[in-house]
Amino acid sequence: MAHIKLPEGVPGIRGPMLISPETTKPMRDLVEVLLRGPNTLTPAEREMIATYISSENDCYYCQHSHGAAAAEHLGGNYELIDQIKRDYISAPVSAKLKALLAIAGKVQKGGKNVTAEDVDCAKKQGASDKEIHDTVLIAAAFCMFNRYVDGLATWQPHDAEMYREIGNRVVTVGYVLPGWERPVSAAAKQPRD
Amino acid sequence: MAHINLPEGIPGILGPMAFSPDTAKPLNELAEVLLRGPNSLSPGEREMIATYVSSQNDCYFCQTVHGAVAAHHLGGNETLIDELKRNFESTAISDKLKSLLAIAGKVQKGGLHVTSEDVERARQHGATDKEIHDTVLIAAAFCMYNRYVDGLATWAPRDPAMYRESGRRLAEQGYVHSTDHLPQANANSRGSATHG
Repeated sequence: MAHIKLPEGVPGIRGPMLISPETTKPMRDLVEVLLRGPNTLTPAEREMIATYISSENDCYYCQHSHGAAAAEHLGGNYELIDQIKRDYISAPVSAKLKALLAIAGKVQKGGKNVTAEDVDCAKKQGASDKEIHDTVLIAAAFCMFNRYVDGLATWQPHDAEMYREIGNRVVTVGYVLPGWERPVSAAAKQPRD
Repeated sequence: MAHINLPEGIPGILGPMAFSPDTAKPLNELAEVLLRGPNSLSPGEREMIATYVSSQNDCYFCQTVHGAVAAHHLGGNETLIDELKRNFESTAISDKLKSLLAIAGKVQKGGLHVTSEDVERARQHGATDKEIHDTVLIAAAFCMYNRYVDGLATWAPRDPAMYRESGRRLAEQGYVHSTDHLPQANANSRGSATHG
């Protein structure tokens, strides 16, 4: 049960977002520009960074909803997302993305863990200052979203189809258009645990 | 030296915010509503939560500037802010705020650390669902701001007068326009030519 009274049958971050529209707007604007705004990193690459951080923070809802978004951006490649979470070093992604995931992992532990060597390594693989900036901020932002979701003990169903639906919606519609707050159909069918 | 090429002489979070105005806007809007929007927790109390979490994250810039904002809201009581960072349980603040700071401290370690007992204690001291929600989100948001500031190795001056002045300005004028005066590097055209 959630720590505060939240709308029934609404999974993850959507519950607290529904009761707090004034904080929800800047959070949705932030995630939209970070994960879907114009960028040399693809939306899939940015969703992979978000998924990896959410996995490191052990946030079930965030790692599965953003994992589904990343996979759906890649035509449904859920196996790659599982590999990233297990061991991204051996996953078939670019050396640049691996270097950025290493920076993101340091940010997850705390900002001061990022070293000049981590940044040099990313630059040697072709990462730009903006890509490094965005990686640090995506990792930092998911340290916020994950804590918001778990710190209130929100409802996080284990339902692959529901996360697939969320992932598809992120790919096709994004994070800010009206309608995001509707309980997705798969979740609505299930009783709250 | 910062990890990326940021405008010279701009302290803390303001450097990356000038570098990336597109993300600065929602970051400032979120701080404004969380710390200064209509709320049964006073701006001073909310800034104390932000300061405590920033101190637990060892972020010099954030704990010092938000500590200065909090102190300004409290009539210049910098001693209280120092005590709060050292040991809030023995500080002269309400039991409700202590119980909310305890929740914020758990969120800083990770959201799953917050227990029903922590929340029950806050309720017994009169905290509402909205106050508990806002405490969790303030703590979570400062886990973001702190990582943004330190993850890019931004410049944090050690001059107390600068923080006192920033604290006064933010307390009086807020966060939404706090970066308007900065030279806005366009992060999309980025590159090396912005300064030398």
